[in-house]
Amino acid sequence: MPDYSHLDELEAQSIFIIREAFNKFDNLGMLWSMGKDSSVLLWLARKAFFGHVPFPVMHVDTSYKIPEMIQFRDELADQWNLDLRVGQNKAEIEAGNTFPVGNATRVECCSMLKKDALQDLIAANDMHAIFLGIRRDEEGTRAKERYFSPRDKDFAWDFKDQPPELWDQFKTDFEPGTHLRIHPLLHWTEVNIWEYIDRERIPTLSLYFADSSDDGTMRYRSLGCAPCTDGIASTANTVPDIIAELKATKVSERSTRAQDQESEDAFELLRASGYM
Amino acid sequence: MKSETTPLKIVIVGHVDHGKSTLVGRFLYETDSLEEGKYEAIKATCERRGVPFEWAFLMDALQAERNQNITIDTAQIWFESDKRPYTIIDAPGHKEFLKNMVTGAAQADAALLLIAADEGIQEQSRRHCHMLSMLGIEQVTVVVNKMDLVDYDQERFENIISEYTEFLNEIGIEPSSFIPISAREGDNVASKPAENMAWYDGPNVVQVLDAFETPKTLENRPLRFPIQDVYRFDERRILAGRVEAGTLNVGDELVFTPHGKTARVQTIERWSAPASDTAHAGESIGVTLDEQIFVERGHVASHAAEAPEETSRFRANVFWMGKQDLLANRPYKLKLATQEVECTIREVVRIIDGSTLEVVSEDRDNIERYDVAEVILETKRPIAVERHDQTPEVGRFVIVDEYDVAGGGIVLEPELHQENIFWHEGKVARKDRERLNGHRGACVWLTGLSGAGKSSIAVELESQLHRRGIHTYILDGDNVRHGLGADLGFSAADRDEHIRRVGEVSKLFVDAGTIVVSAFISPYQRVRDRVRESMEDGQFIEVHVDASVEACEERDPKGLYEKARAGEIDNFTGISAPYEAPENPEIVIDTVTDESAAKSAAKIVDFLEQGGYLTMMREAVVKPQTA
Repeated sequence: MPDYSHLDELEAQSIFIIREAFNKFDNLGMLWSMGKDSSVLLWLARKAFFGHVPFPVMHVDTSYKIPEMIQFRDELADQWNLDLRVGQNKAEIEAGNTFPVGNATRVECCSMLKKDALQDLIAANDMHAIFLGIRRDEEGTRAKERYFSPRDKDFAWDFKDQPPELWDQFKTDFEPGTHLRIHPLLHWTEVNIWEYIDRERIPTLSLYFADSSDDGTMRYRSLGCAPCTDGIASTANTVPDIIAELKATKVSERSTRAQDQESEDAFELLRASGYM
Repeated sequence: MKSETTPLKIVIVGHVDHGKSTLVGRFLYETDSLEEGKYEAIKATCERRGVPFEWAFLMDALQAERNQNITIDTAQIWFESDKRPYTIIDAPGHKEFLKNMVTGAAQADAALLLIAADEGIQEQSRRHCHMLSMLGIEQVTVVVNKMDLVDYDQERFENIISEYTEFLNEIGIEPSSFIPISAREGDNVASKPAENMAWYDGPNVVQVLDAFETPKTLENRPLRFPIQDVYRFDERRILAGRVEAGTLNVGDELVFTPHGKTARVQTIERWSAPASDTAHAGESIGVTLDEQIFVERGHVASHAAEAPEETSRFRANVFWMGKQDLLANRPYKLKLATQEVECTIREVVRIIDGSTLEVVSEDRDNIERYDVAEVILETKRPIAVERHDQTPEVGRFVIVDEYDVAGGGIVLEPELHQENIFWHEGKVARKDRERLNGHRGACVWLTGLSGAGKSSIAVELESQLHRRGIHTYILDGDNVRHGLGADLGFSAADRDEHIRRVGEVSKLFVDAGTIVVSAFISPYQRVRDRVRESMEDGQFIEVHVDASVEACEERDPKGLYEKARAGEIDNFTGISAPYEAPENPEIVIDTVTDESAAKSAAKIVDFLEQGGYLTMMREAVVKPQTA
């Protein structure tokens, strides 16, 4: 049994951040993609508020998600008594302006189906701030993030002029109209996430395990839309298997996410304009 | 990179272009921590851009960083030595990104200070160092990079050591070692022995990192549990927060600072975690109390025997990153642990250039961007504060200017040194009390006819002053007559005696450094003058609350005029006894025109403000030359 004292520290820090945000903002929401990170984030919110999630949980549905994900979402929302709000860019989906239909690049598709839909969801719910489960170790621009990250009314991220974060004092005073991203998992790594899932027995999508695929030789390491996410060769069938696999691998986590690979700064541009 | 143990957080700081990002890239490469294909990706980027291979592309994830070949923002990356995992924090070297550098460094347990051998010590080599010292980072090693560019010259290396050591000593940093390296070539970084520097037989960079100590746990310190929020879930009132130091047990009596209310811990609340009656430093928990006392965010719980200082005044070092100067005597928001309070710089002791360590000015009151200054800070209401070197979590703070976190600081000493308070041969003088209060003592003497509005103005004035953190007290005709003047009647002689006594009490309050508001008809000029003469110049502020007898009689709030007219009250001022209006009052308030009590009071506050009564005068806070 590994000594998880490091996880205690990570957990306490995340809970601290979640509680700070809850104290400072009236209209908060938590983004939940049902993936491993945002599920851990949701679990930490329940820790912070003693089993309750005192704000809406939001899912941006591109309509290209893997069906298991939607089923998982609805089951847990019911079981955990979540106030689930689902957003979707119906207009573009119905018009067929998407990558899978062939009328948009991957990045344009992400921009419309995820970013724009999120923006509408936030506006519809009058959210001042949202929690997201991003981590610094995922990719370079996320490594540059703050725990409390301001965005302007158009969602733009001014990464050249980010607020200082000293110790555990965050920027919590904002001009009206500013929108805030809060990232309580910034200091976690992919391995930490799985170790924590293991320790806490957090429900996880079957797609992460090899035995969910046809021949048991492939699993998802990072989940996105079906057309833009590939599995990895793996036979890991349990959480400890996954942890062991990650400790041995040198392949980057998002190597299977196609939209990141389109150009040198594809992901940065997406994020700067409001993507997660 | 992949471990259950907590990584040691190392920040790499130094002047622009001295090779911070390159060193990080080299670490990852040498310790075999690079992701698959990463090396090839950087190589491809460099080829596409037509530049030689550049490790900096690893950390400089932003396009603007790659385009300009500079690090704009701090980033983190993980690697693992044989001994333990590390989080490496890369901090920008450009002066204009100092706040990003500070953000990175504030999270670090130890620091590597990088200096390029060819350029030597530069502006940010010094400024960053000063910031490390301000942030309380004690474990520092100096890495002299680019030795390949100076032909691995030992003399060059040793000159840098001697020059830099002098500077570091001045700010109280003792580097554990100096290492000559070439990050580009890999010399003395991790595994590669530096054949070109046979003259150096010290440790390489990774060996030095491995020798750093893990941060001390605050478990053995006195309990500090700042309340983050109060929740009501499932019929329980839960005080949520993180135990910043010490341990907390069910059954412990907690004292909440400020205010000092106490209650016992009934339960320690956790969700989906093993139950335990003890919570340790670092844990985010909740507690319920055996008594429903009023506790809110910002209160700091501790054990009574080891409570933190409760004060509204402390000496601190601040560093300023704001777009506008930090000004003395202007209100800002201070955030310390979970406490938030309005604060003001009451005295700028000295301003230091963060790079040269020169005292910029002895008598400047504006602290400019990137200045470091020692100041006396005053908060609007008392808060829990400790010296930074005792419990950092309750000894460091940020200053918010409008919407921005614009400065940071550490507490050097709560309140002021005792030797300063007791400097007059062991006696506490009025000036000492005034200094502690943060304002001058004075007597605001309201004189005027019965019904002129003195009491209403006094009450409003006290409230306005109190909200500004001024110590005040009201002496009013009616309440003083119940005690101090209970034996006195209303004859001319008794009225004189009454005012004499009130004057003496007022003087005592002034001596205690309080602004006393004395509201008395006090009809005779000579009697008021006697009170004025008993005090020092400027302490007695005569305010004529002016309203004609007709106007007062019309108001007649207590029905006294009616009784006086009916002959039921003897010697009633304005009816059967004279009223001498002040000859040279400091302030005249005409309550017949439309001035409300609030506006009248504001006029007095304005006078006090203009006259320097509300802010501590500089001569009063300057330390005495001899003890």
